[in-house]
Amino acid sequence: MRAAQSGDRAAYEKLLGEISPLIRALVRRHCSNRADIEDMVQDTLLTLHRVRHTYDPGRPFCPWLAAIAWRRSIDALRRRIRVSKYEIANQGVYETFSDAAANSDLEGVRSAEEVEDLLQLLPPRQRDALQALKLKQMTLAEASLASGQSVAALKVNTHRALKRLRMLLEARKR
Amino acid sequence: MQTDKAMQTDKVIQSLAAQLQPVRRLRSPLLRALLWLAVIGAVAGLLIAHAVGVGVFLQRVAVPRVAVETAATGLTAITAVIAAFELSVPGHSPRWAVLPVLPLLTWLGASGLGCLANGLGLHGAAGFSGDSSHCFAFITGVSVPLAVALFWMLRRARPIDPLPVAALGTLGVAATAAFLLQFFHPFDVTVIDLALHLAAIALVVVVGTAWRRPLLAAA
Repeated sequence: MRAAQSGDRAAYEKLLGEISPLIRALVRRHCSNRADIEDMVQDTLLTLHRVRHTYDPGRPFCPWLAAIAWRRSIDALRRRIRVSKYEIANQGVYETFSDAAANSDLEGVRSAEEVEDLLQLLPPRQRDALQALKLKQMTLAEASLASGQSVAALKVNTHRALKRLRMLLEARKR
Repeated sequence: MQTDKAMQTDKVIQSLAAQLQPVRRLRSPLLRALLWLAVIGAVAGLLIAHAVGVGVFLQRVAVPRVAVETAATGLTAITAVIAAFELSVPGHSPRWAVLPVLPLLTWLGASGLGCLANGLGLHGAAGFSGDSSHCFAFITGVSVPLAVALFWMLRRARPIDPLPVAALGTLGVAATAAFLLQFFHPFDVTVIDLALHLAAIALVVVVGTAWRRPLLAAA
């Protein structure tokens, strides 16, 4: 970790690879769903990256890492409880199908100006999530790094953004 | 066999390593807390020396109850600020949050005794009636620049759990303002004074805590 703080990329990659199983074991205490566990692992790694400057080499590494993993697990659980009260997960909204007939009306919008107009009507976090995942075609992890939102928050905000855009489109058609 | 998700995690690791830049390590939280306290103490000391006569203040703290109250206010400020810096770093004991509890209770108790000394009256002893609304304005007004300076330093840590950091930080800031008030408002506290002091402190804590994520650039 000390080497990573100095910018040693090989050491950093080795460290992250070695601690991933430990993080997985830590977050498994709070969650049994395999997909959610991996999201929490990725969120923990992203958070570790953001706060790597706070690690003191004079102190043990594991408590520092465990605190980050625990915090991200708790945040994910709280978010899951909050979201599940009002929404149902739909993995399909993250997919874009090659068959045009399978695409929604939303994805049929062609005009760049119309897309831009619609995007400006969204709350900032929803807009950022949609732009990153759908327009810039980033992976969830890349979008999380770029936007500062957790992987789970990106999924929720993308889902909400698409829902709102559908409502706006329907309102425009009337 | 690796799942898609596990492969995605590997890609995250490669991506993070590829974009790694060296970082300037954060100094010890205790050192940073003491630095903030030293700077604020120095600035406040200069202001008090130039703007206010300390004679009346020294007269007041000759009374044991007032000395205890003043010391407890100062200790609440110091311990709350130290606790905020400690908790801003992952892996530091959550017990730091307990550090300001005893000074805070002592402060509240001593202030309450001050009200009792006035017979729970709405006005202080003859010639020493306080102006409660000015106290409220002083605590909230002075808390603003103190909070700006404190959150500017705390942001560097990008706390992963910003709630206790913000709550303790704003408690420290409000207690510092209340401590400084002693020099500009050397009167016994009445019931109304105490209520407004507490309201001002609560307002500072609630506002600072509500804005914790953007103010602290939480990770």
